Amino acid sequence: MVNSGTEHTVKAFDSDINQLRGMVAEIGGRSEQAIDKAMRALENSDLELAAEVVREDKLIDDLEKRIDELTFQTIALRAPMADDLRELIATFKISGVVERIGDYAKNIAKRVPLVTRNRRLTPVSLLPSMSKIASELVRDSLDAFARRDAELAMEVNRRDQIVDDFYNSIFRAVITHMIENPKDIGEAAHLLFIAKNLERIGDHATNVAEMVYFAATGEPMPERTRGEDPTDPVDVDDTLSDDAD
Amino acid sequence: MNDDKKMQESSESINMTDPATTGATSESGTPKMTARNVNVFYGDKQAINDVSIDVNMDSVTAFIGPSGCGKSTFLRCMNRMNDTIPIARITGDIRLEGDDIYAPQMDVVQLRARVGMVFQKPNPFPKSIYDNIAYGPRIHGLATGKEELDHIVESSLQRAGLWSEVKDRLQDSGTALSGGQQQRLCIARAIAVDPEVILMDEPCSALDPIATAKIEELIHELRGQYAIVIVTHNMQQAARVSQKTAFFHLGTLVEYGETTDIFTNPREEKTRDYITGRYG
Repeated sequence: MVNSGTEHTVKAFDSDINQLRGMVAEIGGRSEQAIDKAMRALENSDLELAAEVVREDKLIDDLEKRIDELTFQTIALRAPMADDLRELIATFKISGVVERIGDYAKNIAKRVPLVTRNRRLTPVSLLPSMSKIASELVRDSLDAFARRDAELAMEVNRRDQIVDDFYNSIFRAVITHMIENPKDIGEAAHLLFIAKNLERIGDHATNVAEMVYFAATGEPMPERTRGEDPTDPVDVDDTLSDDAD
Repeated sequence: MNDDKKMQESSESINMTDPATTGATSESGTPKMTARNVNVFYGDKQAINDVSIDVNMDSVTAFIGPSGCGKSTFLRCMNRMNDTIPIARITGDIRLEGDDIYAPQMDVVQLRARVGMVFQKPNPFPKSIYDNIAYGPRIHGLATGKEELDHIVESSLQRAGLWSEVKDRLQDSGTALSGGQQQRLCIARAIAVDPEVILMDEPCSALDPIATAKIEELIHELRGQYAIVIVTHNMQQAARVSQKTAFFHLGTLVEYGETTDIFTNPREEKTRDYITGRYG
């Protein structure tokens, strides 16, 4: 990788950068944990755990502010160049994206009290697998950042397709369920939002991955070829579900 | 020189610093100055090792690199300032508009009018502001009468952004000006003989930030009228004033390219280490 880890002549610069790396790892870890806790709360109808996720989102928000402040200061005071500059710009953007990931987890947690009654909804069974992958993407994108690993970043970007596919399946299943059980529409809509939140988390993990790729290589990540199988039955929900960006 | 030229032709295709592989050539127009396979020796010690580079009219070129990397030595080859050092020996080929500047028939005084130079420490003559500017045009016979000379003095000071500050005291000594004004006076003096290229060897390192900013603004304004090459220790300055940057290290040209590329995504690890402050 480009960053060979040679130290800067000015040691204080290294200490700023290391502090930022630590904070990015922390905000990433907290967001990943928030997703897992929110989903556990959903599966177990654990209102207390859901409330904890909502409370702890404040820590993620604070961390984002501190990262932005220190990045801003470091850019102003150290005038970074080349890979240092790219890393700091990436740090600045990643902190914002990861904070959003935390918000999606919080949003899932807030819906837990609203979907506790009905266990007959089939799509519920798909959500844990979907969230597991979304959460892995978040972890791997931040691992890629910590290691300046452009390859891993590319892989995160590719794997987001799995999350998108999950979303499309759940979308179809929920719509079918709504048609068959109109009285469940309210609750099913919340499940749909939860699936959508997970899908957005996957997209944001790929945003992180794209910045990691840029920081590591100095080049924008090559466009992902959307791996849709042309033999897939294309139906109305492809036009209904908004395209993942 | 002739032997070296033959050598150059045979080695050009494999030469690492060949402009075709380092992006030394400009897409727009022919280069003002070209250097091919330049080597400089001070006695037994080789200071420049096989450097090839093109300098263009439409961009300011910055030479950066740690002390002793050869950037100033190379700059001084471009108007034969190294001729003044007895033990200096130069091989290779340097051309100004296609003219071999080391050819025996080259008039060095004429060359240095075409390729002007501004030094680190402002060095106005101990003469009046007027005479500092008029000196060059007089010895090169560029003005036929007082009126024409007045015009050259005024327009040179205008172009150097100094006219409004000195127009009422042209007979004052040049050395009475502030450091920044003296440096702009030296630039005006270089401009007065209507050069094609201006070489600047750390022109701001003795100046405060405001005087530095004025020189940088001046460089920006002069771009396009003259081919400008600036040697600087200040990388922020290289980033601010130049469109092309050349990084020298231990007498070799490590990397030459667009300034934005050099400072955001250098290709060579040595360049990266230097510009990010890891050198050492």
